Amino acid sequence: MPGIAFDTAHLLSGGLLLVSFMMIYQDRMFSLLRIFALHAVVLSLSVAWQAYIQGAPHLYVTAAIALIFKAIIIPSALRRIVVQLGIHREVETVVGIGVTMLAGIGLSALSIVLMLDVTQGADPYAREDLAFALSVVLLGLLMMVTRRNAVSQIVGFMSLENGMILAAAGAKGMPLVVEISVAFSVMVAFIVIGVFLFRIRERFDSVDVSVMDQHRGDQR
Amino acid sequence: MSAVDLCLLTAGLLLGLGPLALLGQGRGRSSAVVYSASGLLCAVLALSGLAGLGGLGIGTSRVLPLGLPWMGAHFAFDALTAFFLVVLGFGGGIISLYAIGYGRHEHAPMRVLPFYPAFLGAMALVLLAADAFSFLLSWEVMSLLSWALVLTHHQEEDARKAGYVYLVMAGFGTMSLLLAFGLLAGPDGAYQFDAMRGTAHPPLMAVAILGLMLLGAGSKAGLAPLHVWLPLAHPAAPSHVSALMSGVMTKVALYGFIRVVFDLLGPVAWWASPVVILLGAGTAVLGILLAMMERDLKRALAYSTIENIGVIFAALGLAMAFRANGMTAAAALAFTAALFHIFNHMAFKSLLFMGAGSVLNATGLRDLDGLGGLIHRMPVTSFLVLVGAMAISALPPLNGFASEWLIFQAVLLSPDAPQAAVQMIIPAAGGLLALAAALAAACFVRIYGVGFLGRPHSEAAANAQEVDRVSLTAMALLAATCLLAGIFPGTVIDAMAPVVDAMLSGRLPVQADETWFTIIPIAESRSSYSGMLVFVFVALSASAAAWAVHRFASDRLRRAPAWDCGFPDASPLTQYSAGGFAQPIRRVYGTDLLGARETVTMPPPGDTGPARHELLVGDPSWNGIYLRLALAVTYVTTRMNRLQFLTIRRYLTLVFMSLIVLLVGLMLWR
Amino acid sequence: MILQLFVQGIQMLLVVALAPLLVGIVRRVKARLTRHRGAPLIQPYRDILRLMRKEVVLAENASWLFRVTPYMVFAGTWVAAALVPTFSTGLQFSWTADLIAIVALLGSARFFLALAGMDVGTSFGGIGSSREMMIATLAEPAMLLTVFSLALVAGSTQLSHVSAYLASPEVGLRVTLGMGLIALVIVALAENARIPVDNPSTHLELTMVHEAMVLEYSGRHLAMIELASALKLLLYVSLIGCIFFPWGIAQPGDGLARHGLALLLYVAKLAVAGTLLALFETSIAKMRVFRVPNFIGTALMLALLGALLLFVTRSV
Repeated sequence: MPGIAFDTAHLLSGGLLLVSFMMIYQDRMFSLLRIFALHAVVLSLSVAWQAYIQGAPHLYVTAAIALIFKAIIIPSALRRIVVQLGIHREVETVVGIGVTMLAGIGLSALSIVLMLDVTQGADPYAREDLAFALSVVLLGLLMMVTRRNAVSQIVGFMSLENGMILAAAGAKGMPLVVEISVAFSVMVAFIVIGVFLFRIRERFDSVDVSVMDQHRGDQR
Repeated sequence: MSAVDLCLLTAGLLLGLGPLALLGQGRGRSSAVVYSASGLLCAVLALSGLAGLGGLGIGTSRVLPLGLPWMGAHFAFDALTAFFLVVLGFGGGIISLYAIGYGRHEHAPMRVLPFYPAFLGAMALVLLAADAFSFLLSWEVMSLLSWALVLTHHQEEDARKAGYVYLVMAGFGTMSLLLAFGLLAGPDGAYQFDAMRGTAHPPLMAVAILGLMLLGAGSKAGLAPLHVWLPLAHPAAPSHVSALMSGVMTKVALYGFIRVVFDLLGPVAWWASPVVILLGAGTAVLGILLAMMERDLKRALAYSTIENIGVIFAALGLAMAFRANGMTAAAALAFTAALFHIFNHMAFKSLLFMGAGSVLNATGLRDLDGLGGLIHRMPVTSFLVLVGAMAISALPPLNGFASEWLIFQAVLLSPDAPQAAVQMIIPAAGGLLALAAALAAACFVRIYGVGFLGRPHSEAAANAQEVDRVSLTAMALLAATCLLAGIFPGTVIDAMAPVVDAMLSGRLPVQADETWFTIIPIAESRSSYSGMLVFVFVALSASAAAWAVHRFASDRLRRAPAWDCGFPDASPLTQYSAGGFAQPIRRVYGTDLLGARETVTMPPPGDTGPARHELLVGDPSWNGIYLRLALAVTYVTTRMNRLQFLTIRRYLTLVFMSLIVLLVGLMLWR
Repeated sequence: MILQLFVQGIQMLLVVALAPLLVGIVRRVKARLTRHRGAPLIQPYRDILRLMRKEVVLAENASWLFRVTPYMVFAGTWVAAALVPTFSTGLQFSWTADLIAIVALLGSARFFLALAGMDVGTSFGGIGSSREMMIATLAEPAMLLTVFSLALVAGSTQLSHVSAYLASPEVGLRVTLGMGLIALVIVALAENARIPVDNPSTHLELTMVHEAMVLEYSGRHLAMIELASALKLLLYVSLIGCIFFPWGIAQPGDGLARHGLALLLYVAKLAVAGTLLALFETSIAKMRVFRVPNFIGTALMLALLGALLLFVTRSV
């Protein structure tokens, strides 16, 4: 791969990792959603760049899906959920942000060491790409386990999925990349809708008269 | 007379001086005589060490018909011994000088005088010993004498507790050393150091020996989590003894580690070194955080000793990592940095403990929150302590920075190591060391700012008097050492080169040829630092600026009450206290690392009672390891207590069963 | 040799001469962005000169340390700033101190300033010193780790070598460099007491750090401290400039005309940096003190991550 192509690819996938860290750092819900949209944008750029240098037009589809679906539709849907359901706007974390970030650094180091070791002899970009992708996946998982709130857990899951797509796009000649990304997107959509409905129902439940009884002032 | 004989004689005289001191009991000047004599003998040690670094008397040895009958006691004088003799002799000599002045205030001099010179002598013997038996014997004598010194103020509950914990930890340390030497000697029982060097050690055995040395020498030096005795014991002793223990005895412990791991053991597998590096870096951060939380001046200094020991261990770990990969130049850099820091820490920590001793004499206080304003009452002491505080905070152009700079340069060489784990762990450890250095600066701003600056917090501090000339001279000598070693680091590095060469068969390039006393550890394109020029530039531009402003702008000055945004409060209690100063750092680092918890209880509105603020902060290793261990021991011993109340028949059964078990064991073994 | 000595001399004077201008630019742009007219660019010079001529009002309890500190702080910062390449890497004394030593020199200046804050024995000075040191314990390791990852890229901690290497075409786009840039910017904001860590334009708030620390200073002492903090801001801008935007910096072999061009370019870089800083400061709010550790912690993490990622690039 010539210099500039490699550099750009490196910069984009490294940027994805950086945005993952930004998500872990962020403790406000709306900013988190904005950063997630950024994550998706960087991913789609990265995939589009891969499509360009590999000459693989089907990857453009993946990039487009990432851009439209994940950078625009899902963040705005989640935003609506947060607003309508009045979810607490600060992300509640299980452990402190500093500790989480340190753990994230440790995970990145782990995945770098592991991937560089496992993929010896492969194409340089693919090696690096896989190392970054595994880091992004692990960071997504980390986010899911360290957040209490359902919305931020969804965001964690989707960033994890972005990592997988990065890996798939970087490894040349991997079949079904497009299909996988479509499948994942559908799944995420179901999860989002599920949460939405679940929350709605919860709210509906609370309209129950027996619940209201608890708030009566004249109760003994 | 050969060098080793001279040093042995000096050590013997020091040991003998102790009992002699008892004869002078009741005479007025006995303490001055004993301390002067110890000082002179230390000077002899330091000079022979210096001569040894110059190549004089290296390789001489002596067998005395003492100790084990079939072996005798072996002593030898080589470059490593010579370097540590300089540290011991120089530090011990200046501390003895200080003690001439300080010792006058000791109300029970006979609890110090007999042990003090003997303690110095025992440390010299540890450095000279060349077989396992004499090494361990001198080590144990050193431990016991220092224990006796810790118990000088035995009426105080704290000192008794410190003595107890110290004794337990010293016993544990010596046991680990005993096992390490047992493994080193191998099946043939090669207990002389010369024979040990020739013995090959299988890789796993070498790692086991390293682990035992970390336990044995590390517990004496204060490596976490074996450090708990240190902040109790060092401050409990009289201040000159604290200086000796923190500044010198920890270095003797490091000598033991270096002697075994770098000299006797041979190369250790590379994967052992990241453990040492991380242990060292972790110790550094933990030690300085605990120092930050401490209100007691001497205990804060003791915790800072732990930090510096951690830094030195990290540098030694770096040297091990590079040596295991055959990178001699890099290993020499890291090792030089470690030795340099050993010397520096001796200088500034002794200086700071002497300063604490002077403050203690002048005010009777060790609590930082009772001090304050000493810069007006004790100007010379305050200035000298400031130099020490700057040196220990690794600020250029003083010596602490020079050695830290070398350590960072060594850290920067890590990418050349082939293992990914080494490559990644070393930068992380470098980050921890940088954190420790920054925390050290914060810690000493706190100690100096609360203790020496501001307004006096107590009557005692307000009426403090400057201490005597002799003590001040001793402190000034060390302060000058800090400055000189910082300005001419190249000279120190060159002086240490024979030691590095002897341990690693490689050394740093000769620094004496560089212009302007610059140090260039690898090549000029990589990095260089000139302490002298930095000093000259800063001094020049500061005085030029001051002169220009006074000459051309204005030199008028008027004294007025403090401004404080218009609301100056007359009470000195409104100043920041030691605890208040530490609060931001405690909240940032202490909540997770030290389990710091604060609770504020406010009185209800209308109630004029005081609000209460309670703070819980402690050493995590004390609660996490030691208390649990103690609980486990108590549990097992209560169970075993039952064995004391058996009938004779049952006792016989017990003995009989043990015999059978042993016999069966033997049968299975054969 | 002669040229290098000349360049070094020019540089020493240049940094002192330009430092207040940079402050002036930032203030001016900030005023314009908030629809004020703003003071003229040379106002900081006037302020400093006026302060210099005024009488010093010294607190009754102040010791000699309090009086020495302004000059020490100024000297430490000045020496450090004189060793950072601004328009030319061919500085006569560039080998005196590498990047680590420059960081430590700034550390010395801060050490003295924090002590001076404690010296008079007022509560404001204490709050400033204690918080300044807390911020420094985060910013300094972050800075050193950034230095570390830069040194891994360039193979040196010597600033002129780093700058010359990064100006050469063999350095591609690197994620590590990007992370280093972000980390360094965060550190620079924290170290220079800028928003969102601290607010340089007021001291009448409980959350102030730097201004609280120097509250008791007046007259020529205050002038020295103001000049030193302007120098420090200039130093960080030059540092970021010579590492990440080294275009146009003259090399040791270049002629006089080339140096003149580089000088003009350097002033342009300062103007751009000042504008960007003002833009950033007007678009963001100041943080609570105990959110600052997270913010600077990010720099620490980024620097560490940058160093780790470097091994990816190195080993493929």
